[in-house]
Amino acid sequence: MDEIKPYKATERKGETFSYLPPFTPEKIRKHIAYMIAQGWSPAIEHTEPEKSYSNFWYLWKLPFFGEKSVEKVMAEIEACHRDNLGHVVRLTGFDNYTQCRGTAFIVHRSGR
Amino acid sequence: MPQKTYKAGVKDYRENYWTPDYTPLDTDLLACFKIVPQAGVPREEIAAAVAAESSTGTWTTVWTDMLTDIDYYKGRAYRIEPVPGDNTAFYAFVAYPIDLFEEGSVVNVLTSLVGNVFGFKALRSLRLEDLRFPIAYVMTCGGPPNGIQVERDRLNKYGRAFLGCTIKPKLGLSAKNYGMAVYECLRGGLDFTKDDENVNSQPFMRWRHRFEFVMEAVLKAQAETGERKGHYLNVTAATPEEMYKRAEFAKELGAPIIMHDYLTGGLCANTGLANWCRDNGMLLHIHRAMHAVLDRNPYHGIHFRVLVKCLRLSGGDHLHSGTVVGKLEGDRNATLGWIDTMRESFIPENRARGLFFDQDWGSMPGVMPVASGGIHVWHIPALVNIFGDDSCLQFGGGTLGHPWGNAAGATANRVALEACTDARNQGRQIEREGKEVLTEAAQHSPELKIAMETWKEIKFEFDTVDKLDVG
Repeated sequence: MDEIKPYKATERKGETFSYLPPFTPEKIRKHIAYMIAQGWSPAIEHTEPEKSYSNFWYLWKLPFFGEKSVEKVMAEIEACHRDNLGHVVRLTGFDNYTQCRGTAFIVHRSGR
Repeated sequence: MPQKTYKAGVKDYRENYWTPDYTPLDTDLLACFKIVPQAGVPREEIAAAVAAESSTGTWTTVWTDMLTDIDYYKGRAYRIEPVPGDNTAFYAFVAYPIDLFEEGSVVNVLTSLVGNVFGFKALRSLRLEDLRFPIAYVMTCGGPPNGIQVERDRLNKYGRAFLGCTIKPKLGLSAKNYGMAVYECLRGGLDFTKDDENVNSQPFMRWRHRFEFVMEAVLKAQAETGERKGHYLNVTAATPEEMYKRAEFAKELGAPIIMHDYLTGGLCANTGLANWCRDNGMLLHIHRAMHAVLDRNPYHGIHFRVLVKCLRLSGGDHLHSGTVVGKLEGDRNATLGWIDTMRESFIPENRARGLFFDQDWGSMPGVMPVASGGIHVWHIPALVNIFGDDSCLQFGGGTLGHPWGNAAGATANRVALEACTDARNQGRQIEREGKEVLTEAAQHSPELKIAMETWKEIKFEFDTVDKLDVG
Protein backbone atom coordinates (compact mmCIF):
# COMPACT_ATOMS: atom_id res chain seq x y z
CA MET A 1 0.00 0.00 0.00
CA ASP A 2 3.02 2.32 0.10
CA GLU A 3 2.25 3.71 -3.34
CA ILE A 4 -0.82 5.37 -1.77
CA LYS A 5 -0.12 8.91 -0.64
CA PRO A 6 -2.01 9.74 2.57
CA TYR A 7 -4.33 12.74 2.44
CA LYS A 8 -3.37 15.39 4.97
CA ALA A 9 -5.62 16.74 7.75
CA THR A 10 -8.33 18.91 6.22
CA GLU A 11 -7.13 22.41 5.40
CA ARG A 12 -9.17 25.54 5.71
CA LYS A 13 -10.06 26.77 2.23
CA GLY A 14 -11.75 29.82 0.76
CA GLU A 15 -14.15 28.75 -2.00
CA THR A 16 -13.42 29.56 -5.66
CA PHE A 17 -9.78 29.20 -6.77
CA SER A 18 -8.60 28.33 -3.26
CA TYR A 19 -7.33 24.95 -4.48
CA LEU A 20 -4.91 26.69 -6.88
CA PRO A 21 -1.65 28.37 -5.86
CA PRO A 22 -2.20 32.05 -4.90
CA PHE A 23 -2.71 34.21 -7.98
CA THR A 24 0.10 36.45 -9.16
CA PRO A 25 -0.76 40.14 -9.69
CA GLU A 26 -0.65 39.44 -13.43
CA LYS A 27 -3.32 36.76 -13.09
CA ILE A 28 -5.48 38.94 -10.89
CA ARG A 29 -5.33 41.64 -13.56
CA LYS A 30 -6.70 39.20 -16.14
CA HIS A 31 -9.51 38.17 -13.82
CA ILE A 32 -10.43 41.81 -13.28
CA ALA A 33 -10.46 42.33 -17.05
CA TYR A 34 -12.70 39.26 -17.43
CA MET A 35 -15.05 40.59 -14.78
CA ILE A 36 -15.30 43.98 -16.46
CA ALA A 37 -15.82 42.33 -19.86
CA GLN A 38 -18.79 40.41 -18.41
CA GLY A 39 -20.34 43.72 -17.38
CA TRP A 40 -19.92 43.00 -13.67
CA SER A 41 -19.00 45.64 -11.09
CA PRO A 42 -15.80 44.81 -9.23
CA ALA A 43 -15.93 45.14 -5.45
CA ILE A 44 -13.53 44.43 -2.60
CA GLU A 45 -14.40 42.87 0.74
CA HIS A 46 -12.19 41.96 3.68
CA THR A 47 -12.44 40.34 7.07
CA GLU A 48 -10.47 38.92 9.98
CA PRO A 49 -9.66 35.27 9.13
CA GLU A 50 -11.58 34.01 12.16
CA LYS A 51 -14.75 35.66 10.90
CA SER A 52 -14.37 34.56 7.29
CA TYR A 53 -17.07 31.86 7.44
CA SER A 54 -19.78 34.54 7.56
CA ASN A 55 -21.46 35.58 4.33
CA PHE A 56 -20.85 39.18 5.21
CA TRP A 57 -17.40 40.74 5.16
CA TYR A 58 -16.47 44.41 5.48
CA LEU A 59 -17.14 46.21 2.20
CA TRP A 60 -14.15 48.31 1.13
CA LYS A 61 -15.56 51.66 -0.03
CA LEU A 62 -18.33 50.84 -2.54
CA PRO A 63 -18.42 48.53 -5.55
CA PHE A 64 -16.60 50.22 -8.44
CA PHE A 65 -19.62 50.79 -10.66
CA GLY A 66 -18.72 51.48 -14.25
CA GLU A 67 -14.98 51.13 -13.60
CA LYS A 68 -13.11 50.09 -16.75
CA SER A 69 -9.56 50.42 -15.46
CA VAL A 70 -7.94 47.20 -14.31
CA GLU A 71 -5.12 49.23 -12.71
CA LYS A 72 -7.50 51.28 -10.56
CA VAL A 73 -9.10 48.10 -9.20
CA MET A 74 -5.63 46.63 -8.57
CA ALA A 75 -4.64 49.77 -6.68
CA GLU A 76 -7.77 49.49 -4.50
CA ILE A 77 -6.98 45.86 -3.68
CA GLU A 78 -3.51 46.91 -2.52
CA ALA A 79 -4.86 49.86 -0.55
CA CYS A 80 -7.37 47.62 1.21
CA HIS A 81 -4.65 45.08 1.98
CA ARG A 82 -2.26 47.76 3.36
CA ASP A 83 -4.98 49.22 5.58
CA ASN A 84 -6.00 45.81 6.87
CA LEU A 85 -2.87 43.73 7.27
CA GLY A 86 -3.74 40.23 8.42
CA HIS A 87 -7.19 40.34 6.86
CA VAL A 88 -8.44 38.10 4.09
CA VAL A 89 -9.27 40.16 1.01
CA ARG A 90 -11.82 39.03 -1.54
CA LEU A 91 -12.58 40.36 -5.00
CA THR A 92 -16.21 40.11 -6.12
CA GLY A 93 -17.98 40.88 -9.40
CA PHE A 94 -21.57 42.02 -8.90
CA ASP A 95 -23.91 41.08 -11.74
CA ASN A 96 -26.92 43.38 -11.63
CA TYR A 97 -28.77 41.35 -14.27
CA THR A 98 -28.87 38.11 -12.28
CA GLN A 99 -28.77 40.04 -8.98
CA CYS A 100 -26.08 37.63 -7.95
CA ARG A 101 -22.31 37.67 -7.78
CA GLY A 102 -20.79 36.62 -11.10
CA THR A 103 -17.63 35.59 -9.30
CA ALA A 104 -15.86 35.99 -5.97
CA PHE A 105 -12.43 34.79 -4.93
CA ILE A 106 -9.76 35.57 -2.39
CA VAL A 107 -6.82 37.71 -3.53
CA HIS A 108 -4.99 37.94 -0.18
CA ARG A 109 -4.96 34.80 1.93
CA SER A 110 -3.28 36.46 4.90
CA GLY A 111 -3.87 34.75 8.17
CA ARG A 112 -2.98 31.29 7.00
CA MET B 1 -76.16 32.16 -33.02
CA PRO B 2 -77.33 29.66 -35.69
CA GLN B 3 -78.10 26.33 -34.12
CA LYS B 4 -76.41 23.28 -35.61
CA THR B 5 -78.36 20.07 -35.79
CA TYR B 6 -77.24 16.78 -34.30
CA LYS B 7 -76.41 13.85 -36.53
CA ALA B 8 -75.03 10.66 -35.00
CA GLY B 9 -72.17 8.83 -36.73
CA VAL B 10 -68.47 8.96 -37.37
CA LYS B 11 -66.91 12.01 -39.03
CA ASP B 12 -63.36 12.46 -40.23
CA TYR B 13 -61.34 14.09 -37.48
CA ARG B 14 -60.04 16.67 -39.95
CA GLU B 15 -63.49 18.16 -40.42
CA ASN B 16 -63.28 19.62 -36.94
CA TYR B 17 -59.67 19.42 -35.81
CA TRP B 18 -57.53 20.34 -38.84
CA THR B 19 -57.42 24.15 -39.00
CA PRO B 20 -54.51 25.24 -41.21
CA ASP B 21 -55.74 28.85 -41.18
CA TYR B 22 -55.59 29.12 -37.39
CA THR B 23 -53.15 31.59 -35.84
CA PRO B 24 -52.19 30.33 -32.37
CA LEU B 25 -53.01 32.64 -29.50
CA ASP B 26 -50.39 33.83 -27.01
CA THR B 27 -52.36 31.97 -24.36
CA ASP B 28 -52.46 28.66 -26.24
CA LEU B 29 -50.37 25.75 -25.14
CA LEU B 30 -48.56 24.56 -28.27
CA ALA B 31 -47.26 21.08 -28.96
CA CYS B 32 -45.14 19.55 -31.68
CA PHE B 33 -45.62 15.81 -32.22
CA LYS B 34 -43.57 13.56 -34.48
CA ILE B 35 -46.00 11.14 -36.09
CA VAL B 36 -45.53 7.94 -38.05
CA PRO B 37 -49.02 7.06 -39.34
CA GLN B 38 -50.30 3.65 -40.34
CA ALA B 39 -50.10 3.11 -44.09
CA GLY B 40 -52.72 4.92 -46.12
CA VAL B 41 -53.85 7.42 -43.45
CA PRO B 42 -53.57 11.01 -44.75
CA ARG B 43 -51.27 13.29 -42.72
CA GLU B 44 -53.93 15.95 -42.08
CA GLU B 45 -56.33 13.30 -40.82
CA ILE B 46 -53.88 11.76 -38.41
CA ALA B 47 -52.67 15.16 -37.17
CA ALA B 48 -56.29 16.11 -36.56
CA ALA B 49 -56.85 12.79 -34.77
CA VAL B 50 -53.94 13.52 -32.42
CA ALA B 51 -55.34 16.99 -31.70
CA ALA B 52 -58.79 15.55 -31.08
CA GLU B 53 -57.78 12.61 -28.93
CA SER B 54 -55.53 14.77 -26.77
CA SER B 55 -58.26 17.37 -26.23
CA THR B 56 -62.02 17.23 -26.61
CA GLY B 57 -62.61 14.58 -29.26
CA THR B 58 -63.56 10.97 -29.27
CA TRP B 59 -64.03 8.46 -32.09
CA THR B 60 -67.69 9.22 -32.78
CA THR B 61 -70.02 12.16 -32.63
CA VAL B 62 -71.79 12.53 -29.28
CA TRP B 63 -74.84 14.71 -28.68
CA THR B 64 -73.36 16.23 -25.52
CA ASP B 65 -70.79 18.04 -27.72
CA MET B 66 -73.67 20.33 -28.57
CA LEU B 67 -74.18 21.41 -24.98
CA THR B 68 -70.87 23.24 -25.00
CA ASP B 69 -68.86 25.54 -27.22
CA ILE B 70 -66.72 22.76 -28.61
CA ASP B 71 -65.01 25.12 -31.08
CA TYR B 72 -63.66 27.07 -28.12
CA TYR B 73 -62.35 24.07 -26.22
CA LYS B 74 -60.98 21.89 -28.97
CA GLY B 75 -57.30 21.37 -29.71
CA ARG B 76 -56.37 22.31 -33.27
CA ALA B 77 -53.82 20.80 -35.59
CA TYR B 78 -52.65 23.94 -37.36
CA ARG B 79 -49.50 22.93 -39.23
CA ILE B 80 -47.69 19.89 -40.53
CA GLU B 81 -44.06 19.80 -41.59
CA PRO B 82 -41.82 17.11 -43.03
CA VAL B 83 -39.15 15.65 -40.75
CA PRO B 84 -35.78 16.47 -42.35
CA GLY B 85 -34.13 13.37 -43.75
CA ASP B 86 -37.02 11.05 -42.93
CA ASN B 87 -40.08 10.54 -45.13
CA THR B 88 -41.77 8.03 -42.85
CA ALA B 89 -42.57 10.65 -40.23
CA PHE B 90 -43.87 14.21 -40.07
CA TYR B 91 -44.31 16.90 -37.45
CA ALA B 92 -47.78 17.99 -36.44
CA PHE B 93 -48.28 21.22 -34.52
CA VAL B 94 -51.27 21.43 -32.22
CA ALA B 95 -52.66 24.41 -30.31
CA TYR B 96 -54.66 23.83 -27.12
CA PRO B 97 -56.69 26.55 -25.42
CA ILE B 98 -55.38 27.29 -21.95
CA ASP B 99 -58.74 26.50 -20.34
CA LEU B 100 -58.22 22.81 -21.04
CA PHE B 101 -55.68 22.61 -18.23
CA GLU B 102 -55.94 23.05 -14.48
CA GLU B 103 -53.77 25.90 -13.26
CA GLY B 104 -50.42 24.87 -11.81
CA SER B 105 -50.83 21.20 -12.77
CA VAL B 106 -48.20 19.66 -15.00
CA VAL B 107 -49.91 16.40 -14.07
CA ASN B 108 -53.08 17.52 -15.80
CA VAL B 109 -51.23 18.78 -18.89
CA LEU B 110 -49.46 15.45 -19.37
CA THR B 111 -52.58 13.40 -18.74
CA SER B 112 -54.16 15.10 -21.76
CA LEU B 113 -51.19 15.44 -24.05
CA VAL B 114 -49.50 12.10 -23.56
CA GLY B 115 -52.52 10.09 -22.46
CA ASN B 116 -54.73 7.81 -24.59
CA VAL B 117 -53.51 9.32 -27.81
CA PHE B 118 -50.19 7.43 -27.55
CA GLY B 119 -52.01 4.12 -27.88
CA PHE B 120 -54.15 5.21 -30.80
CA LYS B 121 -54.28 2.44 -33.42
CA ALA B 122 -54.09 4.69 -36.48
CA LEU B 123 -50.58 5.69 -35.37
CA ARG B 124 -47.55 3.51 -35.77
CA SER B 125 -45.70 5.73 -33.33
CA LEU B 126 -45.97 9.13 -31.74
CA ARG B 127 -43.46 11.35 -30.00
CA LEU B 128 -44.05 14.60 -28.17
CA GLU B 129 -41.08 16.63 -29.41
CA ASP B 130 -41.67 19.95 -27.71
CA LEU B 131 -44.20 22.04 -25.82
CA ARG B 132 -44.65 25.79 -25.55
CA PHE B 133 -46.17 26.72 -22.23
CA PRO B 134 -47.78 30.16 -22.48
CA ILE B 135 -46.46 32.62 -19.91
CA ALA B 136 -50.01 32.83 -18.54
CA TYR B 137 -49.75 29.15 -17.61
CA VAL B 138 -46.16 29.40 -16.37
CA MET B 139 -47.34 32.04 -13.89
CA THR B 140 -49.70 29.53 -12.28
CA CYS B 141 -46.88 27.11 -11.43
CA GLY B 142 -44.56 27.27 -8.44
CA GLY B 143 -41.39 26.39 -10.29
CA PRO B 144 -37.98 25.85 -8.68
CA PRO B 145 -38.22 26.43 -4.93
CA ASN B 146 -34.99 28.49 -4.86
CA GLY B 147 -33.28 28.81 -8.23
CA ILE B 148 -29.67 29.19 -9.26
CA GLN B 149 -28.95 32.61 -7.72
CA VAL B 150 -30.41 31.73 -4.35
CA GLU B 151 -28.48 28.47 -4.32
CA ARG B 152 -25.24 30.33 -5.04
CA ASP B 153 -25.95 32.84 -2.30
CA ARG B 154 -26.82 30.15 0.25
CA LEU B 155 -23.73 28.12 -0.59
CA ASN B 156 -21.47 31.14 -1.08
CA LYS B 157 -20.01 29.79 -4.35
CA TYR B 158 -19.52 32.07 -7.30
CA GLY B 159 -17.76 32.10 -10.63
CA ARG B 160 -17.35 28.37 -11.05
CA ALA B 161 -19.40 25.21 -11.52
CA PHE B 162 -20.39 23.15 -8.48
CA LEU B 163 -18.82 19.77 -7.88
CA GLY B 164 -20.61 16.69 -6.65
CA CYS B 165 -20.11 12.98 -6.25
CA THR B 166 -22.54 10.11 -6.05
CA ILE B 167 -21.53 7.70 -3.30
CA LYS B 168 -20.79 4.16 -4.49
CA PRO B 169 -21.34 1.27 -4.30
CA LYS B 170 -24.85 2.48 -4.79
CA LEU B 171 -26.33 -0.29 -2.70
CA GLY B 172 -25.07 -2.19 0.30
CA LEU B 173 -23.07 0.21 2.48
CA SER B 174 -23.91 0.62 6.14
CA ALA B 175 -24.91 4.11 7.24
CA LYS B 176 -21.68 4.82 9.11
CA ASN B 177 -19.41 3.60 6.31
CA TYR B 178 -21.50 5.64 3.90
CA GLY B 179 -21.06 8.74 6.08
CA MET B 180 -17.30 8.15 6.06
CA ALA B 181 -17.25 8.10 2.25
CA VAL B 182 -19.24 11.36 2.23
CA TYR B 183 -16.88 13.02 4.70
CA GLU B 184 -13.79 12.09 2.71
CA CYS B 185 -15.26 13.55 -0.50
CA LEU B 186 -16.36 16.79 1.12
CA ARG B 187 -13.18 17.43 3.07
CA GLY B 188 -11.21 16.90 -0.15
CA GLY B 189 -12.93 19.79 -1.88
CA LEU B 190 -16.29 18.74 -3.33
CA ASP B 191 -19.34 20.90 -2.69
CA PHE B 192 -21.90 18.12 -2.67
CA THR B 193 -22.27 14.42 -2.35
CA LYS B 194 -25.34 12.53 -3.45
CA ASP B 195 -27.45 9.55 -2.53
CA ASP B 196 -27.67 7.31 -5.52
CA GLU B 197 -31.27 7.19 -6.73
CA ASN B 198 -31.60 3.56 -5.71
CA VAL B 199 -30.86 4.43 -2.11
CA ASN B 200 -34.14 5.00 -0.31
CA SER B 201 -34.45 3.01 2.91
CA GLN B 202 -33.32 -0.56 2.45
CA PRO B 203 -32.57 -3.13 5.12
CA PHE B 204 -28.79 -2.58 4.92
CA MET B 205 -29.16 1.18 5.57
CA ARG B 206 -32.38 2.70 6.86
CA TRP B 207 -32.94 6.30 5.88
CA ARG B 208 -32.80 7.78 9.36
CA HIS B 209 -29.42 6.24 10.14
CA ARG B 210 -28.05 7.45 6.83
CA PHE B 211 -29.33 10.99 7.38
CA GLU B 212 -27.72 11.20 10.82
CA PHE B 213 -24.28 9.97 9.82
CA VAL B 214 -24.25 11.94 6.56
CA MET B 215 -25.13 15.20 8.29
CA GLU B 216 -22.36 14.69 10.84
CA ALA B 217 -20.00 14.31 7.87
CA VAL B 218 -21.33 17.42 6.14
CA LEU B 219 -21.12 19.61 9.21
CA LYS B 220 -17.62 18.46 10.12
CA ALA B 221 -16.27 18.96 6.59
CA GLN B 222 -17.91 22.37 6.54
CA ALA B 223 -16.31 23.41 9.83
CA GLU B 224 -12.86 22.19 8.77
CA THR B 225 -12.77 23.63 5.26
CA GLY B 226 -14.63 26.84 6.04
CA GLU B 227 -16.70 26.18 2.91
CA ARG B 228 -20.42 25.42 2.56
CA LYS B 229 -21.19 21.77 1.87
CA GLY B 230 -24.23 19.60 1.27
CA HIS B 231 -25.41 16.08 0.60
CA TYR B 232 -28.52 15.36 -1.48
CA LEU B 233 -30.53 13.33 1.02
CA ASN B 234 -32.89 11.24 -1.06
CA VAL B 235 -36.39 11.54 0.39
CA THR B 236 -38.02 9.60 -2.47
CA ALA B 237 -40.31 7.10 -0.78
CA ALA B 238 -43.23 4.78 -1.33
CA THR B 239 -45.81 7.28 -0.14
CA PRO B 240 -46.03 11.08 0.10
CA GLU B 241 -46.48 10.81 3.87
CA GLU B 242 -43.19 8.96 4.21
CA MET B 243 -41.49 11.40 1.83
CA TYR B 244 -42.51 14.41 3.93
CA LYS B 245 -41.45 12.65 7.12
CA ARG B 246 -37.94 12.20 5.71
CA ALA B 247 -37.86 15.78 4.45
CA GLU B 248 -38.80 17.08 7.89
CA PHE B 249 -36.02 15.07 9.51
CA ALA B 250 -33.48 16.36 6.99
CA LYS B 251 -34.51 19.88 7.92
CA GLU B 252 -34.25 19.10 11.61
CA LEU B 253 -30.64 17.97 11.09
CA GLY B 254 -29.77 21.20 9.27
CA ALA B 255 -29.46 19.72 5.78
CA PRO B 256 -29.31 22.40 3.06
CA ILE B 257 -30.55 20.14 0.26
CA ILE B 258 -32.73 17.09 -0.30
CA MET B 259 -33.40 14.98 -3.34
CA HIS B 260 -36.34 13.50 -5.24
CA ASP B 261 -36.75 11.20 -8.23
CA TYR B 262 -39.41 13.06 -10.17
CA LEU B 263 -40.48 10.47 -12.71
CA THR B 264 -40.57 7.33 -10.58
CA GLY B 265 -41.83 9.35 -7.58
CA GLY B 266 -44.30 11.10 -9.84
CA LEU B 267 -45.08 14.69 -10.68
CA CYS B 268 -47.80 15.00 -8.05
CA ALA B 269 -45.34 14.08 -5.29
CA ASN B 270 -42.67 16.24 -6.87
CA THR B 271 -44.82 19.37 -7.04
CA GLY B 272 -45.87 18.89 -3.44
CA LEU B 273 -42.29 18.40 -2.31
CA ALA B 274 -41.17 21.50 -4.24
CA ASN B 275 -43.82 23.48 -2.38
CA TRP B 276 -42.57 22.05 0.90
CA CYS B 277 -39.01 23.06 -0.03
CA ARG B 278 -40.13 26.60 -0.81
CA ASP B 279 -41.85 26.81 2.56
CA ASN B 280 -38.87 25.37 4.42
CA GLY B 281 -35.86 27.01 2.75
CA MET B 282 -34.58 23.72 1.35
CA LEU B 283 -32.79 23.19 -1.94
CA LEU B 284 -34.20 20.38 -4.10
CA HIS B 285 -32.02 18.12 -6.24
CA ILE B 286 -33.94 16.16 -8.87
CA HIS B 287 -33.00 12.79 -10.27
CA ARG B 288 -34.58 11.50 -13.50
CA ALA B 289 -34.66 7.69 -13.31
CA MET B 290 -36.96 6.30 -16.04
CA HIS B 291 -36.38 9.22 -18.39
CA ALA B 292 -34.63 7.13 -21.04
CA VAL B 293 -37.64 4.82 -21.16
CA LEU B 294 -39.69 7.84 -22.20
CA ASP B 295 -37.25 9.91 -24.21
CA ARG B 296 -34.61 7.79 -25.95
CA ASN B 297 -36.59 6.31 -28.85
CA PRO B 298 -36.59 8.92 -31.63
CA TYR B 299 -40.04 7.81 -32.84
CA HIS B 300 -42.07 7.19 -29.74
CA GLY B 301 -42.39 8.78 -26.33
CA ILE B 302 -41.66 12.20 -24.88
CA HIS B 303 -38.53 14.17 -25.73
CA PHE B 304 -36.33 15.06 -22.76
CA ARG B 305 -36.76 18.78 -23.46
CA VAL B 306 -40.45 18.34 -22.63
CA LEU B 307 -39.58 16.51 -19.41
CA VAL B 308 -37.26 19.43 -18.58
CA LYS B 309 -40.06 21.96 -19.02
CA CYS B 310 -42.38 19.85 -16.89
CA LEU B 311 -39.80 19.71 -14.11
CA ARG B 312 -39.10 23.43 -14.21
CA LEU B 313 -42.83 24.05 -13.76
CA SER B 314 -43.32 21.34 -11.13
CA GLY B 315 -40.27 22.52 -9.18
CA GLY B 316 -36.67 21.51 -8.60
CA ASP B 317 -33.37 23.36 -8.19
CA HIS B 318 -31.13 20.77 -9.87
CA LEU B 319 -31.90 18.39 -12.72
CA HIS B 320 -29.69 15.83 -14.41
CA SER B 321 -29.02 16.87 -17.97
CA GLY B 322 -26.54 14.33 -19.34
CA THR B 323 -22.93 15.22 -19.94
CA VAL B 324 -22.42 14.94 -23.73
CA VAL B 325 -18.95 13.50 -23.00
CA GLY B 326 -19.54 10.80 -20.37
CA LYS B 327 -20.99 7.30 -20.40
CA LEU B 328 -24.65 8.23 -20.96
CA GLU B 329 -26.50 9.25 -24.11
CA GLY B 330 -26.69 12.94 -25.08
CA ASP B 331 -26.25 14.81 -28.35
CA ARG B 332 -24.29 18.06 -27.90
CA ASN B 333 -26.64 20.49 -29.66
CA ALA B 334 -29.75 18.92 -28.21
CA THR B 335 -28.17 19.10 -24.75
CA LEU B 336 -27.35 22.79 -25.22
CA GLY B 337 -31.02 23.29 -26.14
CA TRP B 338 -32.36 21.74 -22.96
CA ILE B 339 -29.80 23.24 -20.60
CA ASP B 340 -30.84 26.66 -21.95
CA THR B 341 -34.42 25.57 -21.29
CA MET B 342 -33.47 24.84 -17.68
CA ARG B 343 -31.59 28.04 -16.97
CA GLU B 344 -32.63 30.97 -19.17
CA SER B 345 -35.66 33.21 -18.86
CA PHE B 346 -36.43 33.37 -22.60
CA ILE B 347 -35.34 30.74 -25.07
CA PRO B 348 -36.03 31.44 -28.76
CA GLU B 349 -37.03 28.77 -31.25
CA ASN B 350 -33.86 27.13 -32.54
CA ARG B 351 -34.25 24.07 -34.73
CA ALA B 352 -30.49 23.49 -34.76
CA ARG B 353 -30.85 22.73 -31.04
CA GLY B 354 -34.18 20.95 -31.39
CA LEU B 355 -36.25 23.80 -29.95
CA PHE B 356 -39.53 24.09 -31.87
CA PHE B 357 -40.98 27.09 -30.05
CA ASP B 358 -40.04 30.28 -28.27
CA GLN B 359 -40.37 29.65 -24.54
CA ASP B 360 -40.86 32.52 -22.11
CA TRP B 361 -40.41 31.66 -18.42
CA GLY B 362 -40.91 35.21 -17.19
CA SER B 363 -39.26 35.53 -13.81
CA MET B 364 -39.52 31.85 -12.88
CA PRO B 365 -36.17 30.80 -11.36
CA GLY B 366 -33.83 28.57 -13.32
CA VAL B 367 -32.83 24.98 -12.71
CA MET B 368 -29.17 24.03 -12.34
CA PRO B 369 -28.18 21.32 -14.83
CA VAL B 370 -26.31 18.40 -13.30
CA ALA B 371 -23.81 16.72 -15.60
CA SER B 372 -23.41 13.19 -14.32
CA GLY B 373 -22.47 9.79 -15.64
CA GLY B 374 -18.99 8.44 -16.30
CA ILE B 375 -17.08 11.71 -16.07
CA HIS B 376 -13.56 12.26 -14.73
CA VAL B 377 -10.83 14.91 -14.72
CA TRP B 378 -10.06 14.62 -18.44
CA HIS B 379 -13.63 15.62 -19.28
CA ILE B 380 -13.53 18.82 -17.21
CA PRO B 381 -12.22 21.18 -19.94
CA ALA B 382 -15.08 20.15 -22.25
CA LEU B 383 -17.62 20.23 -19.43
CA VAL B 384 -16.65 23.78 -18.41
CA ASN B 385 -16.98 24.84 -22.03
CA ILE B 386 -20.33 23.14 -22.63
CA PHE B 387 -22.03 23.81 -19.30
CA GLY B 388 -20.45 27.04 -18.09
CA ASP B 389 -20.52 28.00 -14.42
CA ASP B 390 -24.21 27.48 -13.67
CA SER B 391 -24.03 23.73 -13.50
CA CYS B 392 -23.05 20.93 -11.20
CA LEU B 393 -20.42 18.47 -12.40
CA GLN B 394 -21.29 15.26 -10.69
CA PHE B 395 -18.71 12.50 -10.43
CA GLY B 396 -18.94 9.00 -9.03
CA GLY B 397 -16.11 6.72 -10.00
CA GLY B 398 -14.31 9.90 -11.13
CA THR B 399 -13.85 10.80 -7.45
CA LEU B 400 -14.19 7.51 -5.56
CA GLY B 401 -12.04 5.56 -8.03
CA HIS B 402 -8.97 7.72 -7.38
CA PRO B 403 -6.06 5.45 -6.42
CA TRP B 404 -5.49 7.40 -3.18
CA GLY B 405 -9.14 7.55 -2.12
CA ASN B 406 -12.08 9.94 -2.02
CA ALA B 407 -10.41 13.01 -0.51
CA ALA B 408 -7.59 12.91 -3.04
CA GLY B 409 -10.10 12.25 -5.81
CA ALA B 410 -12.13 15.25 -4.69
CA THR B 411 -9.05 17.47 -4.66
CA ALA B 412 -8.14 16.30 -8.16
CA ASN B 413 -11.63 17.21 -9.37
CA ARG B 414 -11.54 20.59 -7.65
CA VAL B 415 -8.07 21.55 -8.88
CA ALA B 416 -8.99 20.55 -12.43
CA LEU B 417 -12.22 22.57 -12.34
CA GLU B 418 -10.56 25.65 -10.88
CA ALA B 419 -7.65 25.41 -13.33
CA CYS B 420 -10.03 25.21 -16.30
CA THR B 421 -12.20 28.06 -14.99
CA ASP B 422 -9.10 30.17 -14.36
CA ALA B 423 -7.76 29.41 -17.85
CA ARG B 424 -11.09 30.30 -19.46
CA ASN B 425 -11.17 33.64 -17.62
CA GLN B 426 -7.61 34.28 -18.79
CA GLY B 427 -8.87 33.97 -22.37
CA ARG B 428 -7.58 30.49 -23.18
CA GLN B 429 -9.47 28.03 -25.41
CA ILE B 430 -9.87 25.36 -22.77
CA GLU B 431 -11.43 22.64 -24.86
CA ARG B 432 -8.55 22.79 -27.35
CA GLU B 433 -5.84 23.43 -24.73
CA GLY B 434 -7.36 21.14 -22.11
CA LYS B 435 -4.39 18.85 -21.90
CA GLU B 436 -1.91 21.69 -21.32
CA VAL B 437 -4.18 23.39 -18.78
CA LEU B 438 -4.56 20.20 -16.76
CA THR B 439 -0.89 19.28 -17.05
CA GLU B 440 0.15 22.71 -15.73
CA ALA B 441 -2.28 22.43 -12.84
CA ALA B 442 -1.03 18.95 -12.00
CA GLN B 443 2.43 20.36 -11.30
CA HIS B 444 1.00 21.78 -8.06
CA SER B 445 -1.33 18.88 -7.37
CA PRO B 446 -0.07 15.32 -7.05
CA GLU B 447 -3.72 14.27 -6.61
CA LEU B 448 -4.59 15.60 -10.06
CA LYS B 449 -1.44 14.16 -11.61
CA ILE B 450 -2.21 10.61 -10.52
CA ALA B 451 -5.88 10.99 -11.53
CA MET B 452 -4.79 12.02 -15.02
CA GLU B 453 -2.55 9.00 -15.27
CA THR B 454 -5.26 6.66 -14.02
CA TRP B 455 -7.98 7.71 -16.46
CA LYS B 456 -6.13 8.88 -19.54
CA GLU B 457 -7.40 6.04 -21.72
CA ILE B 458 -11.05 6.09 -20.71
CA LYS B 459 -13.43 7.49 -23.29
CA PHE B 460 -17.04 6.77 -24.16
CA GLU B 461 -17.22 7.15 -27.91
CA PHE B 462 -20.47 5.56 -28.98
CA ASP B 463 -22.82 7.12 -31.46
CA THR B 464 -25.92 8.86 -30.11
CA VAL B 465 -29.17 6.93 -30.58
CA ASP B 466 -31.49 9.92 -30.29
CA LYS B 467 -30.02 12.38 -32.76
CA LEU B 468 -31.57 15.67 -33.81
CA ASP B 469 -33.57 15.39 -37.04
CA VAL B 470 -31.40 16.83 -39.79
CA GLY B 471 -31.51 16.17 -43.53
